[in-house]
Amino acid sequence: MKSYRALRTAPSPDHAVVRGPGEVEVHLQVNGESRRTTIEPRVSLLDALRDRLELTGTKKGCNQGACGACTVWVDGRPVLSCLTLAITCENREVTTIEGLSDGDTLHPMQQAFLDCDAFQCGYCTPGQIMSAVALLAEGHAGDDTEIREWMSGNICRCAAYPHIRAAVRRVRDEGGRGDASR
Amino acid sequence: MRPVSYSRATDVATAIGAVSADPQSAFLAGGTTQVDLLRIYVEQPRRLVDINDLPLNRIEELPGGGLRLGGLARMSDVAEEPELVRRYPMVAEALLLGASPQLRNMATIAGNLMQRVRCSYFRDVAAGCNKRAPGTGCSALDGINRGHAVLGTSDCCIATHPSDLGVALVALDAVVQTESPAGQRSIPIDDFFLLPGQTPEREHPLTHGELVTGIDLPPTPVAATSRYIKIRDRESYEFALASVAVAMSVADGRITEIRLALGGVATKPWRARQAERLLDGAPATTESFTRAAEAELAPAVPHGMNAFKIELARRTMVRALESMAQREGTT
Ligand SMILES: Cc1cc2nc3c(=O)[nH]c(=O)nc-3n(C[C@H](O)[C@H](O)[C@H](O)COP(=O)(O)OP(=O)(O)OC[C@H]3O[C@@H](n4cnc5c(N)ncnc54)[C@H](O)[C@@H]3O)c2cc1C
Ligand code: SF4
Repeated sequence: MKSYRALRTAPSPDHAVVRGPGEVEVHLQVNGESRRTTIEPRVSLLDALRDRLELTGTKKGCNQGACGACTVWVDGRPVLSCLTLAITCENREVTTIEGLSDGDTLHPMQQAFLDCDAFQCGYCTPGQIMSAVALLAEGHAGDDTEIREWMSGNICRCAAYPHIRAAVRRVRDEGGRGDASR
Repeated sequence: MRPVSYSRATDVATAIGAVSADPQSAFLAGGTTQVDLLRIYVEQPRRLVDINDLPLNRIEELPGGGLRLGGLARMSDVAEEPELVRRYPMVAEALLLGASPQLRNMATIAGNLMQRVRCSYFRDVAAGCNKRAPGTGCSALDGINRGHAVLGTSDCCIATHPSDLGVALVALDAVVQTESPAGQRSIPIDDFFLLPGQTPEREHPLTHGELVTGIDLPPTPVAATSRYIKIRDRESYEFALASVAVAMSVADGRITEIRLALGGVATKPWRARQAERLLDGAPATTESFTRAAEAELAPAVPHGMNAFKIELARRTMVRALESMAQREGTT
């Protein structure tokens, strides 16, 4: 039977050592770039991105896994960066909202969110877009019921849901590929 | 969140050795329970052993037609495994109706069985809670207990077991495979989840440092006609108020085989044995279904705000059984 592409792969032997609880050097691969930062092991990926790597596109909402505002991809799959410790992402590929656009050219999903008026305050939007791109790539955007279910991990307090679904439909119907520019 | 140290294990022996040697350490899998509870001081390990690199994420055939699910397989991967969907649809449905896509990408199935209760007093270190701090009382007994259990409760704890996967697994008589410095053992799922009784802090029979390496699904032909129904406050991304896992076969209008379990209403994933006994061989009619559901819920004890769950569970069971009977009738 098939062995799954692990969400987390490629062990590296020197990781068997105990690190922390004080600050340790952590190497991350974010949006295709090698980044190095010094953090305690308890620091979440979300805090490392925002407070250390100056990637503030990813937002902190509930900080307990309930709202989806902090959604990023680890090894290509949407996860919650608030419940992920940054140090566990060594040897993984992290993609944030900043990694979606190609320079000044927006990803089709970002453009569709603008065109369809798919946000109001905008706070949940980066997480919504990271989920929306993945949902298309995974083939879960067949109809509105399916889009609604597979986007349910991203809460929007402004309730822009109908417009968010419109944006997803637009990219789906225009054949815009989900898998970013990677 | 208290400071923690961190190591990443790449083989099972190292992981088990590290955690069993240090009482203040814990395994870290998907982190969706562990990191959450660390942050609110409910769990306070000082060392985390990351087990995500252990080679335990495969799904394999067992001799005789069962499946072995690796303990570290992600909820999302298991739910999509074609052989699981074909042979045990209720397991796939229970997984897909749980949490959110992001959480399912992170969460492992071993972690799912080990997740802690969602009782708001358990999660509030300022509140009395016998499960978190034995002997401090149960704030839920006279508190906000709308989500709490009506079956399997004690005067010490009435928290609902939150797992959806567990409900499908108890219906299937799954077997939990573990490994510790003392060796490997197989724990029938019925013995894996413990009732709170006077020791609600003990939720499973594992020793500190014992690793769940896999979950075996025995060959169960009736499970090919099965489903999982989940009733909740909103349509998606919410824990169950009541849920039902059912597998059923019908011949000449009579039930020839039945597996039934309840979630959202009990302190552990609840095998509905009383109902199964009444249904076995009975006519596949709403009358039988209602009688069986009522018998299963006869010992249910309400606690103020959660009284509605008894009627809700009864209706959910009847609806699940009716839908299976209809499906069986048309095939
Ligand atoms: C917002 C939210 C909504 C949710 N909704 C649902 C839902 O609807 N239905 C549902 O069923 N669940 C739900 N969950 C719970 C979720 O499924 C669990 O948190 C998850 O399955 C835990 O797995 P994990 O790999 O993240 O475990 P971790 O958080 O890494 O670990 C959990 C515990 O298990 C221990 N552990 C982990 N792996 C092993 C192992 N192999 N052997 C021994 N011990 C181990 C850890 O030490 C820790 O104590 C929800 C969670 C959140 C945050
Ligand atoms: S129901 Fe259980 S978990 Fe909740 S407060 Fe009472 S003892 Fe604690």
